[in-house]
This record gives sequence, C-alpha cells and structure tokens, in this order.
Amino acid sequence: MKADLLARLQAAQADKQPVALITRLSDGLQLLWPQDEAPAPLVEAARTALADDAAQNLDYEGAAWFVHPHNPPLRLIIVGAVHIAQALVPMAQPLGFAVTVVDPRRAWATADRFPGITLIHEWTDDAMAQLAPDSRTAVVTLTHDPKLDDPALDVSLKSAAFYIGALGSRRTHAKRVARLTEMGHGAEALARIKSPVGLDIEAVTAAEIGLSIIAEIVAVRRGAALGTRARPPVAA
Amino acid sequence: MSETSEDILATASAWAAQGETVALATVVQTWGSSPRPPGSRLAMTASGKLAGSVSGGCIEGAVADAARQTMASGTPQVLDFGITDERAWEVGLACGGKVKVFVEKLA
Repeated sequence: MKADLLARLQAAQADKQPVALITRLSDGLQLLWPQDEAPAPLVEAARTALADDAAQNLDYEGAAWFVHPHNPPLRLIIVGAVHIAQALVPMAQPLGFAVTVVDPRRAWATADRFPGITLIHEWTDDAMAQLAPDSRTAVVTLTHDPKLDDPALDVSLKSAAFYIGALGSRRTHAKRVARLTEMGHGAEALARIKSPVGLDIEAVTAAEIGLSIIAEIVAVRRGAALGTRARPPVAA
Repeated sequence: MSETSEDILATASAWAAQGETVALATVVQTWGSSPRPPGSRLAMTASGKLAGSVSGGCIEGAVADAARQTMASGTPQVLDFGITDERAWEVGLACGGKVKVFVEKLA
C-alpha cells in the first residue's frame, strides 16, 4: 500500500466517510472508491461490500481482486447519563461503537463522569432527531423517566436503528407500550423494543447490566439466536 | 471488521512515521472454520513489531516470514494456508479451515 493511499484512507475514516479499498492481488495495484474511479464491476462490488459490511472477492479481466469495505464505526446512543451508562461506555468502545450520551440533566451528563465521550444536553427528542439513527445505530434508553425515554423511543421507532433497548421491568414496559401506542406506534413497531433490556444473565450490578446490554446488541448485530430471545408479548 | 482494521492501519501508519519498514497482511478469503474474517489485518515491521492478527496465531509466524521477503523486495504476495498446504508451508490451521492472505509493503 502506498503511503498516500493509506493517508487518504485514514482521512476518509476520520471524516466518517464509507470507502472501499480495491486491490488487484497479482501486483498490489490499489484504488480507493469512491474517491478513485473504477470499472463498473469493481464499483458494484464496492457498493455491495459497503452495504453488507463484508469483503468481496471477484475476478475481473483475468485478475483476482479484493474489495475491502471501511465503513464508519457503528454508533451507540445511550439516553440517560446514569450509572449503568458509565459501565456500558467502556465496554462498547473496544467493540467498535462510537458512543454518544444524551441527557438534558447536566448534573449527570458531565465530562467527569464520561471522559472523552460526546455528550448532548438537549431534550431527548431534539437530540435524537439530530443524531438521526440509521441501520448502523443502536439506541438504549436508561433514564427510567418517561419524560426522557419516551421521546427518544418515539424517534428511534421511526428510524432504521438496528437495536432499540429500554431499561425497565415488565410492568414499566407495559405502561411504556401503552403510552407509545397512544403516540401512534403499532404492535409490530413496539415489538422492536428490547425490554427488559439485555441478555438474561441475571445481571445485578451496573457492570453486569452493561454487559448484558452490549452482549445483546452484538447478538442482534450478528444475527445470533440469543438476540431474538422471546419476550412475552406486552398488552398495550 | 472495519473498527479493528482501522486500529491496525493507525498503528502501521504510526510505525512508518517513526521510520520503520512496515508490511501489511490482510485476510482476503476464508473457507471452513477459520478464526478471522476477510479484512482482518496484521501489521509488521522489519524490526519485529506485530499488531493485529490474521488467524488464531497458527499462521502468523509464516506470514511474518513472507512479510520479511516482501519488505525487502517490495513485491506483494498471496499466501494460501490450510490442511492441503501443510507440506508447502509447514503450518496449517488446527481448526481445519483454509485462509488466503495478501501481504504488501507500506511504501
């Protein structure tokens, strides 16, 4: 790899731009798509690689090519700068998540409690609208306060977020489902919410709950059976 | 995949900035139960530093040997590892998988 191509690849990553590194294996010739032009079959492979977040191999004009996607990091949006959030953040980062914490309560969402983490102090509906969750985003609400959690869930349910989790007991969640139903969400949409949140590992401490949540997010992301564990349907 | 790749590239870039000779190895294809998916990277220096991985540890030594040649010649290589290549490489994947690795110099 040439130093200038590595620099361009790193610049794209710093700008959170999805790029595909295209390599001809016979001689190491490399292109960075979409910055560099590429023949149509390679462009098609690059699009597929980025969409599926999976590398592609193809033969083009008698040579073997490797197409290596470099997508921006997955995002984890945590609503509620609470103790469990403090436990969750350092577990999520090494798993490849860029973490944002949303909490209008400035006493909780401080740089002291969340060093180096993007903190948003706006009301949760405005904050979530700005953050615009997409299919590479997980959202988890932890405030336990309907005034803060509900607007965030409302925005998340209208988004393509691949994971939506909400802290709370079954009873709390039944009430939440009733409120969100009144806001116009149907049963199918509400079934997207993982609550009680996290894998069932009998978690007790903040760190254990954080572990159960991040493990569930990974399970859902990877399509594991654990990520689809049945929760009893909640009547609205 | 992209997240770990990013760290390895940052490490490789930092090594190059310090004047080290650097090679990158990338898993390009796997068959069966290989431990690291395509796109996984191993960065190496001529001075012997290593970052990342292309397997569970069973082929890194052979990849490092090939990388030393590539660092000297500048010519990239494609390496095939697997049960069928045991005699050629004197290493194989204990898991029974096969893996193809691209080795290039950072120039």
